[in-house]
Amino acid sequence: MNDDVIRRRDFIRLTGKAAILSAVTGAGGYLLSQNEYSPSAIKVIPYNGDRSTAANNAFPDLAVVKGKDHSAAAATAIALLGGMERFISKGDVVTIKPNLGWDRTSAQGANTNPVLVKTVAELCLQAGAKKVMVTDVPCNEARRTFVRSGMEDGLKDTGADLILPEDRYFVRTDLGGEILGEWLVLRQFLETDKIINMPVVKHHSLSLATIGMKNWYGVLGGARNRLHQMIDMSIADLSDYFRPTLIIVDATRVMTRNGPVGGRLSDVEIRDTVMAATDQIAADSFACGFLGLKPSDLKYLVYGESRGLGKIAGYTMVEREIA
Amino acid sequence: MAATSTLFFGIRGVRQLRRFFQALFLIAFVVLIYLTEFSFTSIKGPEDTITPSPWLNLFFNIDPLSGLATGLASWLVYGSLLLGLIILLGTIFFGRFFCGWICPLGTINQMFSTFKSERKSRLGKNLVDSNKYHRYQAWKYYILIGLIALSLLGSAQMGLFDPITIAGRSFGLVLIPALNSALTGIGNLLSESSIGIISLIGKGIFMAASGTLIYFKQPYFQGVFWLTLIFVAILTANRIFTRFWCRGLCPLGALLGIMSRYSIFGLKKNHDKCTDCDLCLYHCQGGDDPHHSVPHRRSECHLCLNCQAACPESALSFGFQPQSKLYESAPDLTRRRAITAGIAGLAAFPIIRSDDKFAKKHPFIRPPGSLAEEDFLKRCIRCGQCMKICPTNALQPALLESGWEGIFTPVLAAQIGYCEHYCMLCGLVCPTGAIAKLDPESKFGTGDNPPVRIGAAFFDKGRCLPWAFGTTCIVCEEWCPTSPKAIWLEEIETIDRQGNIAKIKLPHIDLNMCSGCGACEYACPVSGSPGVYVTSANETRDPNRSLLLRKRK
Repeated sequence: MNDDVIRRRDFIRLTGKAAILSAVTGAGGYLLSQNEYSPSAIKVIPYNGDRSTAANNAFPDLAVVKGKDHSAAAATAIALLGGMERFISKGDVVTIKPNLGWDRTSAQGANTNPVLVKTVAELCLQAGAKKVMVTDVPCNEARRTFVRSGMEDGLKDTGADLILPEDRYFVRTDLGGEILGEWLVLRQFLETDKIINMPVVKHHSLSLATIGMKNWYGVLGGARNRLHQMIDMSIADLSDYFRPTLIIVDATRVMTRNGPVGGRLSDVEIRDTVMAATDQIAADSFACGFLGLKPSDLKYLVYGESRGLGKIAGYTMVEREIA
Repeated sequence: MAATSTLFFGIRGVRQLRRFFQALFLIAFVVLIYLTEFSFTSIKGPEDTITPSPWLNLFFNIDPLSGLATGLASWLVYGSLLLGLIILLGTIFFGRFFCGWICPLGTINQMFSTFKSERKSRLGKNLVDSNKYHRYQAWKYYILIGLIALSLLGSAQMGLFDPITIAGRSFGLVLIPALNSALTGIGNLLSESSIGIISLIGKGIFMAASGTLIYFKQPYFQGVFWLTLIFVAILTANRIFTRFWCRGLCPLGALLGIMSRYSIFGLKKNHDKCTDCDLCLYHCQGGDDPHHSVPHRRSECHLCLNCQAACPESALSFGFQPQSKLYESAPDLTRRRAITAGIAGLAAFPIIRSDDKFAKKHPFIRPPGSLAEEDFLKRCIRCGQCMKICPTNALQPALLESGWEGIFTPVLAAQIGYCEHYCMLCGLVCPTGAIAKLDPESKFGTGDNPPVRIGAAFFDKGRCLPWAFGTTCIVCEEWCPTSPKAIWLEEIETIDRQGNIAKIKLPHIDLNMCSGCGACEYACPVSGSPGVYVTSANETRDPNRSLLLRKRK
């Protein structure tokens, strides 16, 4: 047998393998070939953002409590609305949304007072909440913001979880607004039973005030800096979608200028007031008074009221001053 | 005859001890770089007391080249750089133990050298021949001499070639970010699976590694390509010559080789016992000629102890001994070449200083607290610690932005991150003082002392939404961190294409307030080239660059 001559058996084996390889290659190419390229589908998950509390004539829409003891003021305000048990049921998962926007200390008034958040988180747990999450999507660097706002320290030993907004927590959902459609939203505000909005009262050059409704900017990921082009409408859209169980407004110290970031203590006035509300519009309508504004100055309130989110005037209110 | 060092551990035991220390130091090095990161665990309190641990710089501090380069350039040994004396004085007495026992890059090189290979050149006689001393091993001394000459003239280029900073950049700016990317990628892929168990594994990855191996957010660095290329080239060279970098190029190895000239510790050869089997050469790391009938080159020896462990006749042992003819303690240098290397280093200086980036109007922004450019270049060893710790990822290794001389020095890229107003971590972590340690008083200024400015912001009125299109925006003003804000608003009436009149707010910059932090550029919704951007104009580190003229009284 001549070694240079290919044997029949080898020839069949070789051509067989070549045939299989060419079949796989050809079929693979053929199956994947298309004339149009459609980009990979972006997953949009539907959620319902409504966590609002049913109206109850036994309680006012808004409770305003003034006092040097901010923790007691918060507790009193909630008690005036019927106590935390009215809002939180046993086994609830609760997400608290303070304003944690900026790398500023508590005294500078750019973020919600950690004492109030601590009090509210503890009341939630006492009312039987299974889990209390505190989170926000800050403008400034999140880790620094959470630490320097005093929130990281303040929530230690409370049993509440301070959650950093990691990239993987954002989901795309349809907010169904007039200008806000599909957006990235922090999952903790969607996959939860109750939401407590805990804004701080601050000056803002464009919307004039950052209180409760503007606070919803902080649940969004993505390029939210585009929203400023139609800031009032986007605030109304967000407040329409995210209807909170309870709103606690921090006016213990109020940034009256240079907002929403501030910096100097002279930008801040000490007002020692905490408000609790079930009506988003009522809360902002009353709280804007701390900035010397009338509700009619704030267009987003008008938009919001026209969508039935609450009352600019004619809401029921109790005021209290504690020692 | 038994060497002192082997008294307690035995020959192979000592080698195991060396491996243990190599592993320990490599792990410690990587862990410390991993920890050079803003995290809840590294923070002491909520106020302005955020201080990085001094341990983070351990390896950069004990690295004698950092102290030498910056010391010769600025005639000042900064902070803890004096710790380099521990290694230097130890080497004077004991030889290059640092190379064989401590150096993280040396350990990695050794690992890559010893991988099994099918290459003929790495087997048997070829390996024995390649492990004999070669003339290329003298290159490192000339590199060192050239770099010393550059340092003396005021350019700490040593940092580019220092094995500790190379390892620091490679791990901190490439490998750790890449691992972070890989882990989050795998975690996300698995988490999104519709199969329950796979999704649970994905979530488990995050549960286990979030906050430790997985950072809060992915770090990104420019020039990853070049940093990777350098690292891979150094590793790949080991496949051709064992520890090629350490033997032939490393200026730290060269420095320690020179310093080990009078060491009282080293290899003793018993030539009577030697059967010339060359097993010692087969395992030699340093290329220092441990074999028969040639003098042992102490300046090349890494004290890895492989030869002693390999010798079947126990003819080799490490121990204390006086000088003798059997040792070549001086490095293999010729005067002519040493002078040439020195002159090359001296000549390089005017060349790199005539780079156009050294003209007065350079655009790049240095971290807050950076010294004026000339002083900065005397101190910066490009260790990458400031870039690693920067919580907004703003600090990036320069490629050629700051000239040939500034490769891998930190520059601010405001579109990636901005300088966080209250953050001073870069200066606090800087091991050489190229970035000064700031506190709130020095950063924000008091009374007559102006604040630290790293530059100033400018509007691109053709791209800014309100300026160019009459659109409401002012996100820059919202973000501006100074108080009062450096960005102020003018309310104007504007007419759109249809003739409708609208009121909008136009942003302006008050240069007296602007610190150049770049928050406005970062926050600007116009991507690509933002409507507002920062440059180094008006930076305070160089009095020649201030912009506005004001009355002194």
